[in-house]
Amino acid sequence: MPKKMAEDLSHGVSIASEVPPEVPVSDPPGLPLLITVIEPSRGWVPLKLSELWEFREVLYFLIWRDIKVRYRQTLLGAAWAILQPFMTMIVFTIFFGRLAKMPSDGAPYALFAFAALVPWTFFANGLTQSANSLVHSGNLITKVYFPRILVPMGRVLSGLPDLGLSLLVLLGMVWWYGLFELRGRLLWLPALAFLAFITAFGMGLWLSALNVRYRDIQHAVPFLAQIWLFATPIAYPSSLLQEPWRTIYSLNPLVGVVEGFRWALLGSAHAPGLSLAFSTLAAVVLLVTGAYIFRRIERTFADVV
Amino acid sequence: MADIAVKVHDLGKRYEIGTRGNGGATMLREALSNTFKTPVTKLASLARRLRSRGPATVAVSSVSPRHIWALRNVSFEVPRGEIIGIIGPNGAGKSTLLKILSRITEPTEGRVEIHGRVGSLLEIGTGFHPELTGRENAYLSGALLGMRKVEIDRKLDEIIAFAEIEKFADSPVKHYSSGMYVRLAFAVAAHLEPEILIVDEVLAVGDVAFQRKCLNKMEDVRQHGRTILFVSHNMQAITRLCTRAVLISHGGIQHDGSAAETAGKYLMASVKTGAERVWSEPLSAPGDGVARLRKVRVRDESGCTLDAIDIRRTFGIEMVFEVLEDGHTLSPAVELYNESGTCVFLSSDVDPVSRGKSRFRGTVTSVAWIPGNLLSEGLFLVTVFLSTVRPLKGHFHQRDAVAFHVVDSFAPDSARGDWDGPIPGVVRPLLKWTNEVSELAGP
Repeated sequence: MPKKMAEDLSHGVSIASEVPPEVPVSDPPGLPLLITVIEPSRGWVPLKLSELWEFREVLYFLIWRDIKVRYRQTLLGAAWAILQPFMTMIVFTIFFGRLAKMPSDGAPYALFAFAALVPWTFFANGLTQSANSLVHSGNLITKVYFPRILVPMGRVLSGLPDLGLSLLVLLGMVWWYGLFELRGRLLWLPALAFLAFITAFGMGLWLSALNVRYRDIQHAVPFLAQIWLFATPIAYPSSLLQEPWRTIYSLNPLVGVVEGFRWALLGSAHAPGLSLAFSTLAAVVLLVTGAYIFRRIERTFADVV
Repeated sequence: MADIAVKVHDLGKRYEIGTRGNGGATMLREALSNTFKTPVTKLASLARRLRSRGPATVAVSSVSPRHIWALRNVSFEVPRGEIIGIIGPNGAGKSTLLKILSRITEPTEGRVEIHGRVGSLLEIGTGFHPELTGRENAYLSGALLGMRKVEIDRKLDEIIAFAEIEKFADSPVKHYSSGMYVRLAFAVAAHLEPEILIVDEVLAVGDVAFQRKCLNKMEDVRQHGRTILFVSHNMQAITRLCTRAVLISHGGIQHDGSAAETAGKYLMASVKTGAERVWSEPLSAPGDGVARLRKVRVRDESGCTLDAIDIRRTFGIEMVFEVLEDGHTLSPAVELYNESGTCVFLSSDVDPVSRGKSRFRGTVTSVAWIPGNLLSEGLFLVTVFLSTVRPLKGHFHQRDAVAFHVVDSFAPDSARGDWDGPIPGVVRPLLKWTNEVSELAGP
């Protein structure tokens, strides 16, 4: 700012509106101005993935906020991340493992259940949180622009530290049971977690978008999560099912995730190749359809939320 | 190169009644039943179309009571570096317009072209989370409003200092006083550097000192050649900051012109009185058997009717009345009230040509001249009356006959001097000042 102008400002001198002030051009020359065109859209619209990249910092801050806020003003703090799957594991071990004598493919039942509950908790929390994410972010959606897809995406991703923590506990448990080995299979874990993310995010896209218009969704989600829990081999091994049902069953992407986790950590005999392929396919379909549906309904969010 | 920052062409936004607000989120059941109803309605409209042999008319949907056009046929352009005010009554469509320009909601028809990075401030404290600290919220809100992280890193200390919350920067904002909260929120917003800034009524919050800070900041932004679209109900802020303003009402642009002119139009519309009023029917005109009022208007020295008056200019209140009986001594008078209902003055005819003289049948045009640099800025309502003084008898008394708007254009020769803030007072005379200076020692 030129010194003269700075002085003028500090003295609060105004410039008569008839005399337009000298306008210093704000853009460095040669820098092209961003041109945005706003028009009504119809039907299916492109996903505009480049825009997601452009707004990556918003995503970062949304995740950061969720993580910062999640365990504020709690006594146990981040311990909750571990307690959730851990308590469920204890309950399952007592009722399914001890009382119902559920088979566990040769692994200790507690470990068998916990290896499934760790990715499941990440998925189930991601699903529930993202399904309600848009409705809960009404104040943002009606006041500021950014790609709305970042809202459910951020919600699912903010579960990652929790997943990391409980995964550490899981590894500790595997070691405690004396089953820990440095196997190449362990490298599959991030890919499996990614599959769980895609599934939760794909479902989150569908549910959050529909939830904006139909609030029935928020009542249906807990129920959906419960059904899904039993449609996934968490408390029981999928070896209980016969082919061809078992293959059809693996269209539930979580089947691939859970079997993959057990295979990578507990050293189950056979690799879940086929069911993993089916699960991945189903998850990708879920994600792509979810993204298009979301983009299609997106234009009405601010008016309806 | 035509330096246009925002180009709005034929913009329209239609809302389906009952889909706004929380209650509007439809039940799944309804949607399902609509899916079955829709083919039936579509067939019905197809049949109608075939019968009338015309194209499907838009009118069918626009008269349908299920829709409401919040905005329709809105077109305007904003050159780069201009501050444009958007004014209008509540529910006129201003917020809808800003929401479309900020890409929060999509238009139903039309097109907007925006050249440059847009920052919109539609509320104070966008994205604030009560559990986060001041510092953390500055990051969150800044990012949501369009700042880069490195930019916030660089400006954070400045933001905290501007908000005057250094001591509390690390406590959660839920423990803040409302003043601290608002200051922080504004500090973040004030450090945005978009090429085009969209501001909605943000100045409505906070105390006078804070509003002043906001106005100064906007002035500052203007000096940097940025474009601002500014919605406000504060006409003084509009006329002070903006060079141009559009008046929106009933979803359309009613007026597009200089800020002073548009603000005047809006104020006039709000008091339902204009700068001119004519009584064409002699029988219904105010008056009695002696005289009847025919016309009142606000005019300048060249005889043009105007509703926005430059604070420095002389102007007149003109009343035209018809004398119906010979031989009465009539005294016309005007009375001026300001926005808050205070009587500014009462003045009656002292022109030696007519004062104390008997009148004859005919038409009289009398003008009360109000000098420049007398009234303060704002809206004024004019009451006119005519009476016989001895014995006292009123012939007509017309309250709020006309209204006008005095505009301070910030010219350097006005009574404002070098001060650019609000100035209190019913009048704002340009007084003569003298100074006697005795200097202690020269250099």
